[in-house]
Amino acid sequence: MKTFPIGGIHPSDEKKWSKGSAVETMPLPDTVTIPLSQHIGAPAVAKVAKGDKVLTGQLIAEAASFMSANIHSPISGTVKSVDMLPNAQGLRQMMITIVREGDEWVEGIDRSTELVRECDLTPAEIIERIKNAGIVGMGGATFPTHVKLSVPAGKKAECLIINGVECEPYLTSDYRTMLEFGERLVVGTTILKRALGVEKAFIGVENNKPDAVAHLRELVASMGAEGVTVVPLKVRYPQGGEKQLIAAVTGRQVPPPPALPIDVGAVVCNASTTVAVYDAVQKNKPLIERVVTVTGKQVASPKNLLARMGTPISSLVAFAGGLPEGDVKVLNGGPMMGRAMVNPDAPVTKGCSGITVISGAEAHRVKESACIKCAKCVSACPMGLEPYFLSKLSRKKAWDVVEAHNVTDCIECGSCQYTCPAGLPLLDYIRLGKQTVMGIIRARAAKK
Amino acid sequence: MDILIYTVLTLCALGVLAAVLLYFVARKFKVEEDPRIDEVEKMLPGANCGGCGFAGCRAMAEALVVRDDISELFCPVGGGDTMKSVASYLGKAAPEKEPRVATVRCGGTCEKRPRTNTFDGASSCAVASSLYVGETGCAFGCLGYGDCEAACAFDAIHVNPETGLPEVDADKCTACGACVKACPKNIIELRKKWPKNRAIYVSCVSKDKGAVVMKACKAGCIGCGKCVKVCQFDAITLENNLAFIDSDKCRLCRKCVNECPTGAINIIGLAPLPKEPKPAPAAKLSASETPAAKPSAPEAVAAKPSAETPAKQDNAPQAAPQSVDNKQEQ
Repeated sequence: MKTFPIGGIHPSDEKKWSKGSAVETMPLPDTVTIPLSQHIGAPAVAKVAKGDKVLTGQLIAEAASFMSANIHSPISGTVKSVDMLPNAQGLRQMMITIVREGDEWVEGIDRSTELVRECDLTPAEIIERIKNAGIVGMGGATFPTHVKLSVPAGKKAECLIINGVECEPYLTSDYRTMLEFGERLVVGTTILKRALGVEKAFIGVENNKPDAVAHLRELVASMGAEGVTVVPLKVRYPQGGEKQLIAAVTGRQVPPPPALPIDVGAVVCNASTTVAVYDAVQKNKPLIERVVTVTGKQVASPKNLLARMGTPISSLVAFAGGLPEGDVKVLNGGPMMGRAMVNPDAPVTKGCSGITVISGAEAHRVKESACIKCAKCVSACPMGLEPYFLSKLSRKKAWDVVEAHNVTDCIECGSCQYTCPAGLPLLDYIRLGKQTVMGIIRARAAKK
Repeated sequence: MDILIYTVLTLCALGVLAAVLLYFVARKFKVEEDPRIDEVEKMLPGANCGGCGFAGCRAMAEALVVRDDISELFCPVGGGDTMKSVASYLGKAAPEKEPRVATVRCGGTCEKRPRTNTFDGASSCAVASSLYVGETGCAFGCLGYGDCEAACAFDAIHVNPETGLPEVDADKCTACGACVKACPKNIIELRKKWPKNRAIYVSCVSKDKGAVVMKACKAGCIGCGKCVKVCQFDAITLENNLAFIDSDKCRLCRKCVNECPTGAINIIGLAPLPKEPKPAPAAKLSASETPAAKPSAPEAVAAKPSAETPAKQDNAPQAAPQSVDNKQEQ
């Protein structure tokens, strides 16, 4: 069975807590807060002001540039404020607050559940619709999808890869999406294929989800989706990383930055994003809701919830039975790449695939001791970097050396820190080094 | 025996040959350097802290010797005396600069700014600030992991474990600016150094609105602007809900200190001005509102830094911030 060639780890997948719960629709929130920056790139520009009435699906913030994304109102009601509010990490961000009144949708959105298979739009029209719907990568990276699909001149897409790997432990939102919205996923895949003009599409799924593999294979056969192959992959973290998935499926290695996956002819799109693409192109529905897993060993009833964007995360946790007693770490995302939250009232955003609650002793890190040069981190790094070295140099602020050792290649998967027997905060420092070096590179580019 | 003699002789011959060669090479490639550079370097403190903007004392000495106009160059560690002796040695005009001192502009002690979460990651301000807001509700305040302490080459700044805030030893501080650069929150500022280390400064950098500040910290600047009005020297400016006292304009008149409703203006080395009796209506208002201020009132009293502040003044702060609160909610 296929997998990526370098590094990787095998943590316990812990999907058992929430994999059995079918997607439930969250009751509509009374108030939503919508950050203007839910994607990589320039924050969107607010199109509404305090006191404006908005309808569900209405454009409330417009993409500021090509590398940006539209944002639509997830509910109907009145805009209460456009102000700086704390996000999940407590940092102030521009957000639009809307108080709900009923649930009135803008005209032109097809809300029926009927499957629309036929799509005879041109690639440019498809990309335009995806752009208008404000779709970004919903696996967590939040890269605007229309940017990914607009293949630059001189480069050619050869294959499309749908990312149904969900290698992050605990999370099951993509898994439930593949099982329950499989038809939409398959149609979405053919639409993306059409937009890119490629013959081949692969749906990569790890083999700890055999039912999803079987279900998708059956659908692909019964719906007659040509050129679409479901590829089961050997379970290994971080297989869901874009470059790792391309290596696993096609065997091609994406060169170091500034090279992009398109340089090896691949375009990767997350499973949930593909479903959102279907909704946008076939139903004219913007990205205003997503499946969020709320899970954890101590959570009373772990769930997969279909929630509107901007719903407070605290209400999702309460819906799943609330927080356990004692020390609790609430992660926005999974345990490997998720970030600990300090503001439980932060909203669900486009990139929020799950909320993981870690409690008790597991919520604490192990005590740090000295590096014993065992090099476990080196063999675990899926990018072929030397984490102990980058971490140490970042600690010493040797930014030029860190840059020379390709710190910008780091995908922040946390495999190094997971394997470290000394409990060193390797990723903390590498991430700091990466951020600093990126800043230095930007400053250098601005000077030129 | 022969082998030994030949070996020794060969080595000797090689040594002589190399010495002759090196002698001529050294003559040929000799670097002419101004001997004054060495002398000037000796006069500089030799801390190699980089506070002057150069890589080290040697680079600074070179610049001092080479440049005709040295008015832009200044060694913060050596100060005016060092610069004077260097200038007189070189026969140039001495640059003049008032001495400065690093000032930590955050008053959010553990007591006044309660912790809302625990940080488990690498114990570094830079790491914490790259990840999230910090252990308190204030997005601007000191994180307290001591990046400034680690950066200081003069043992002049230390995090006080009781308050969780760094404290500057003004006598040791050379104003090299290493801590200013190390602080990811830009809290530390180099301010004018008054005799006897006297200082008055706004001990807060929060640009949040008053209501948000009040929620996170009891010692924050709420941007009410009272200090701006009372200042006669135009030293205080209010921008983004934050007052700032320009240390070059401030004359230490102390009028602003009593005006501040949250005690965010720090006064060091000076006694605050005696309290003037408040006008009757204001006093009544504050007195009547004190019981209504509920739990925050006793805490605020307890949290006052010293006994210098009479109890009467404590009542006034309660009323003022609340009125600011209301304004913002409207």
